[in-house]
Amino acid sequence: MKEIGKALAWLAVAVMGACSLATIALRRGEPINALWLVAAAVCCYAIGYRFYSKFLATKVLLLDAQRATPAERLENGRDFVRTNKWVVFGHHFAAIAGPGPLVGPVLAAQFGYLPGTLWIVVGAVLGGCVQDFVTLVFSVRRDGKSMTEMAREEIGRMGGLVAYLAVLSILVVLLGVCALIVVNALKASPWGTFTIAMTIPIALLMGLYLRRLRPGKVLETSLMGFVLVLLAIWGGQWVSQTPAVGKYFTLAAPALSLLIIIYGFAASALPVWLLLAPRDYLSTFVKLGTMALLAIGIVGLRPTLHMPALTQFVDGTGPVFAGKVFPFAFITIACGAVSGFHSLIASGTTPKLIARETETRLVGYGAMLGESMVAVMAMIAACVLQPGVYFAINSPAGIVGAAPSAATATISNWGFSVTPQQMQDLATAVGEQTLFNRTGGAPAFAVGMANIFSSTLGGRELMAIWYHFAIMFEALFILTVLDAGTRVARFMLQDALAHVWKPLGRTSWYPSILGTSAVIVGAWGYFLWQGVKDPLGGINSLWPLFGIANQLLAIVALCVATTILVKMGKARCGWTTLLPLAWLVMVVFTASYHKVFDPNPRIGFLSHAQQLLSSPATAATARLVFNDRLDSVVTSVLVLMVGLILAESVLEWSRVLSGKKEARVKEAPFVATRFAVEEQG
Amino acid sequence: MRFVKKTRSGYMKAGMIAGVAIGRTLEVLRSVLREIFDESAYARFLERQAVPSSRQAYADFLHEGDAGRERRPRCC
Repeated sequence: MKEIGKALAWLAVAVMGACSLATIALRRGEPINALWLVAAAVCCYAIGYRFYSKFLATKVLLLDAQRATPAERLENGRDFVRTNKWVVFGHHFAAIAGPGPLVGPVLAAQFGYLPGTLWIVVGAVLGGCVQDFVTLVFSVRRDGKSMTEMAREEIGRMGGLVAYLAVLSILVVLLGVCALIVVNALKASPWGTFTIAMTIPIALLMGLYLRRLRPGKVLETSLMGFVLVLLAIWGGQWVSQTPAVGKYFTLAAPALSLLIIIYGFAASALPVWLLLAPRDYLSTFVKLGTMALLAIGIVGLRPTLHMPALTQFVDGTGPVFAGKVFPFAFITIACGAVSGFHSLIASGTTPKLIARETETRLVGYGAMLGESMVAVMAMIAACVLQPGVYFAINSPAGIVGAAPSAATATISNWGFSVTPQQMQDLATAVGEQTLFNRTGGAPAFAVGMANIFSSTLGGRELMAIWYHFAIMFEALFILTVLDAGTRVARFMLQDALAHVWKPLGRTSWYPSILGTSAVIVGAWGYFLWQGVKDPLGGINSLWPLFGIANQLLAIVALCVATTILVKMGKARCGWTTLLPLAWLVMVVFTASYHKVFDPNPRIGFLSHAQQLLSSPATAATARLVFNDRLDSVVTSVLVLMVGLILAESVLEWSRVLSGKKEARVKEAPFVATRFAVEEQG
Repeated sequence: MRFVKKTRSGYMKAGMIAGVAIGRTLEVLRSVLREIFDESAYARFLERQAVPSSRQAYADFLHEGDAGRERRPRCC
């Protein structure tokens, strides 16, 4: 009887999910409520977790609660620590959820809410969660080995080398794009710039407070830092309204870029405790709180989506970024659906904390569902805006024109009504001078979020505070990604250089620290500078490059996972990883081809360079042409490297399946957990 | 009267179960935050080294993390 009740309950969830999906997919011509997106996502996640992840756990991966995890066998109280599954879940979620699931969906909203939402939900359930889950399980069974180590051991030396280069490249592109988003959000915004500038002394103060006054009291210190950040937001309003002070914080994009580059270098070279660690704590504190607040806001307020399900820009003529819905929607949204970067986290700190192998299901599959939900919320925040306003904020001046009247006329001609007065009123309401041409996704997300919150808490009066709170929250954790990422990339470079000359690998030797920091910061700084100087706003060329790099990393992770499944004798279940792998290969290779060779200069790097060369030369022509060629080389090299790893994986599968090679996985030997025996006893 | 009594005890039981569940949830939440914010890691360090919390102990804890080249990438 109980079983029948359960089956009926799951049937109800399935029917509700199907109805919600049908509503968001088929409703045309009238706005729908955001709760339909939430309901569709939650039902799909529930079914995906209950049935698909259970199938993966029991039939494919054969999770064994009796097998001791590295956290038990190698417990040292430092890296390897048996930890409560919910604690690991929170820890893992905090590490994987960054600015990506907020920015990608906002940019992809130019196609309408439908393509992005479907990709987020389906991509996560069948792709992203699977990747995170299997990577975590395989790392747990290999004493917490990293993705690059697993690639080298299971696929071959080429696999390891390509994985290493792919990780380093993605980090560099990612950091450049992240910095560009911050620059676009803060340019000509004294309020935002002041608030973010204040987070640096606040973090330094927190570092000193933690080290000198209250050692180890991080939660208390983070709370103190949060209060100070709120004061900085409040103070920012005064700064923006006081011209004598405001002029020092009203910076153009190039000046902001230089400051961020200097900041990145300093954060990478300074001791961790002084700046990096306190910022990380502060950013995580704000991030978790704000995501929870946004979820409560959306469910509580049930806002209406004004963006249509599909826009005419599915044909590739979109102003936010050029390219058709296939493949560009699927590389624009990486985090939230499938993100290769997660494989680094799932094979980093997390596997060393897992107490029971069976808990990897909740942590690996479940935490990714959480991130996917964050992406759905970001899509909602973008789509509650009037489409005209959304396009006015996200379109670069090179497409719609720099003058407000020209921009609004162009956007209105597309069928999305907006007026200069409407944009000016909105800018005044959020405490900005202008909201035109704020590409990058962060300002549009902040306006959407402020819109949702201001409909109850404080009304229109508090809209400026909410907007700057959202900008601060995004910029804060983007900068955290920037400083942590620069440091990780620096370590990777030092590891490689140690093979050339040992002292270069010493992380306490300052000449090496400064040199490698300069190389990494210089590399992402170049991409940032390129984006800032790009007449099309930078996002058009750099965000797809970032998406391609990220999804290529996912291809590497899924190649490793499929190879291990084949070697485990589970080739019949190989479709579970092959399905997302095949989809990503199709998407990423098509997108890369278009980004390099497409004859449309707004899409193809080479045709854009050709267009520049055939136009009257300006002072910037040579630099822009070089940038286009560099971007096409970076894309081609990344695709070539991943193509190699794919080919090597396929060869390995065929060798194992044809019996030419022994199917032997490089797992740590089975050791029975003593805790299961104790529990049974 | 008997019926009322039964209902009251039923409510009390439900209230107690809810109280325990909320208490457990808050405890887990606290543990999650302590882990994320490295307070638990510091507590384990103190236990491992058998030293009380102090400026020096915290400096050593931070140094250990740095020397161990703790690489914590934050995802995009």
